[in-house]
Amino acid sequence: MSRPGAGSRRHGDLRNLLAIADLGPDVAAGIDDVMTLTDSFVEVSERQIPKVPALRGRTVVSLFFEDSTRTRLSFETAAKRLSADTMNFSVGTSSVKKGESLRDTVETIEAMGVDAIIVRHSSSGVPRQVAQWADAAVINAGDGWHEHPTQALLDCYTIRQHAGGVAGKRIAIVGDVKHSRVARSDVAAFTALGAEVTLVAPPTLLPPSLDGWPVKVSHDIDSVLATTDVCYLLRMQRERMTEALIPSLREYTSLFGLTSRRADLLPEHALIMHPGPMNRGVEIAAEVADRPGAVIVDQVRNGVAVRMAVLFLLLGSGTEWGAAKAGDGDGNG
Amino acid sequence: MADTDEQGTIGRRNDGRSTHRGKADVAQALVIRGGRVIDRTGEREADVAISSDGTIAAVGPDLDLAALGLEGATVLDATGCVVAPGLVDIHTHLREPGREEAETVETGSRAAALGGYTAVLAMPNTEPAIDSAAVVRQILDAGETAGLCDVRVSGSITMGREGKALSPMGEMAALGVRVFTDDGSGVQDDRLMRRALEYASGLQGPITLAQHCEVEALSEGGHMHEGEWSSRLGIPGIPPEAEELMVFRDIALARLTGAKVHFQHLSTAGSVELVRQAKAKGLPVTAEATPHHFTLTHAEVASYDPVFKVNPPLRGDADVAAVKAGLADGTIDAIATDHAPHTPEVKEAPFDHAPCGMLGLQTALALAVTELVDPGVLTLAEVLAAMSWRPAEIAGIGDVHGRPVAEGEPAHLVVFDPTEEWTVDPAELASRSRNTPYAGRTVRGKVRHTLLCGEPTVLDGEAQR
Repeated sequence: MSRPGAGSRRHGDLRNLLAIADLGPDVAAGIDDVMTLTDSFVEVSERQIPKVPALRGRTVVSLFFEDSTRTRLSFETAAKRLSADTMNFSVGTSSVKKGESLRDTVETIEAMGVDAIIVRHSSSGVPRQVAQWADAAVINAGDGWHEHPTQALLDCYTIRQHAGGVAGKRIAIVGDVKHSRVARSDVAAFTALGAEVTLVAPPTLLPPSLDGWPVKVSHDIDSVLATTDVCYLLRMQRERMTEALIPSLREYTSLFGLTSRRADLLPEHALIMHPGPMNRGVEIAAEVADRPGAVIVDQVRNGVAVRMAVLFLLLGSGTEWGAAKAGDGDGNG
Repeated sequence: MADTDEQGTIGRRNDGRSTHRGKADVAQALVIRGGRVIDRTGEREADVAISSDGTIAAVGPDLDLAALGLEGATVLDATGCVVAPGLVDIHTHLREPGREEAETVETGSRAAALGGYTAVLAMPNTEPAIDSAAVVRQILDAGETAGLCDVRVSGSITMGREGKALSPMGEMAALGVRVFTDDGSGVQDDRLMRRALEYASGLQGPITLAQHCEVEALSEGGHMHEGEWSSRLGIPGIPPEAEELMVFRDIALARLTGAKVHFQHLSTAGSVELVRQAKAKGLPVTAEATPHHFTLTHAEVASYDPVFKVNPPLRGDADVAAVKAGLADGTIDAIATDHAPHTPEVKEAPFDHAPCGMLGLQTALALAVTELVDPGVLTLAEVLAAMSWRPAEIAGIGDVHGRPVAEGEPAHLVVFDPTEEWTVDPAELASRSRNTPYAGRTVRGKVRHTLLCGEPTVLDGEAQR
């Protein structure tokens, strides 16, 4: 659904990860590569000292213009487990608040000699702009309503881990698709891998146009659940009420929330997923989030290994450990 | 006939103050040799002789300069070129006062001259807004000092363009202001707009109220056309209906008040159709469209480059086709640039933080040739009508600009080669800003000479001041 990013290269030569489409002309093959590499990093993460020297000497900076402790920690943990040096540039402590332009900020960071910039911004498209101005690899850690590609990759990995694969799965993405970067990346990734995706939301929470989106749409969650293998719930934000997109959170919950009653409509094997942070009692009932089919904690766990794989794909070539392939590291860092 | 005052000065303003470009200032007579003259009366191969007082002395094939008493006149070669009345832009942001880092009257006038324009209408969304006689005078004076273009001024409809209280339109009209607009935003309040139209219709004129049509309740928070691309890119959209509702309202108010309404930068198929219907009913409405709205679509925004951010936003293929159809059938009277300079500092921002607007003065004619004439949408004569004499009429300066190329008329002329190809290089533009969306694009149609009152402001593509 998205155009290839500015950094898009032929498969196997990833330069930036701005959107799922950057994973190559054959997106499914690109995702498979990340999945395979993730397997070996999951193994690394299970070691007593979960650290390999793969990116020793490389510098990774996280440039977060929007608060996100969870995603930043996940990326930083991934970078540290690969022995990269990490820097943290957060807006609160920077000159951005003093009126420095985005471009100046990027060029300043570049001048310090960094290998990768992980960008989070509340405006769609900022990672692509950063990639234009930076020689370093750029990873999109979430931009506005646009994309959050590593979230989609960890979602794919989690589905693969629990259900054997994504191809052919019937996946319902429920909730505020319109304002969701997670939904845009998930739709791109899931459909590339051959899943059947249904967006379930009131019309006000869907994008104004779904031209070119290979998805089905439903406004009635009850009619969808019985034929769903993965029920993916999006976070419902309080401010949507003030924008007159929904009458109230209570009405949203009564029409679209995954209550216990609704969760019972799901097939027994179905997975329940959420990108976090959850609003228990709004889009998901508290007890549903703790059911056996709910793999929300696994999503977070897999996030670190997936981000290790992405960092390694972008920065690893040429390093000693990279030549030796994942899994053969000494684990000592 | 030209507007001529007692001193024989051409280009006298409506306020009666004469420009400095009088008889004494013009160094020498000129003759434009070998061009094809196109004006509202038709087309012909002809030389154009210009006497030292800035008026056209003679028009005809192989003019005998000696017989005209113009021996020694400087010869401007126009072989392969079109000679036409100077272009008139009725939608120019000169950014003065308040945003001189982005453009000044002088730099904007230079860009205009290089684009073939001899008159521009400065928009009032400056800081402070052009809502008083004092600011009007300031811009008129700056235009005369620059001497590159006849800079005319539009005043705001409401004080500070805030949409709350009427500005002193009468005071500004007394200085020659003939167009009022809150451009940058539309007048939201229906009653206030009705009163503005009624009030303006009683002023010394004729007066036209020009509207930037946008219902803010529908557009607020939006940064591009709402549709397929905004949905994919995750950028909040502006639906076409935000524009169309105000076009509809103002057509109704034109009917109610009988006052003249001009629609600025129409961008949607629905707007074009509404204006077409209004004209069919004989209502006093006119409309303009910009080169970017007949050249570019919202697909450009996929780059997230704010150089493509403009208001009204770039729309879809069907809208582009409708704008072209509107130009072809005369629903849209004029091509206007909406030349809107912004510095790189403010344009190199996240898309949703960047200001709206693109440069246009130096690319408009070439885009009209490339996108309209070459594909057969309009003839060259129709393009010139939409870029010279029709906008001159809308701006209330048709007595001086967009005149026939004929003896005794003021020599406000453009000479351009409609076949010459060139590639747009932002660094080469005369504007203080660089926000052209056409960087690297190859276009056809290059201005060779521009004459203001017989004085070359551009010679062989080079600005003379």
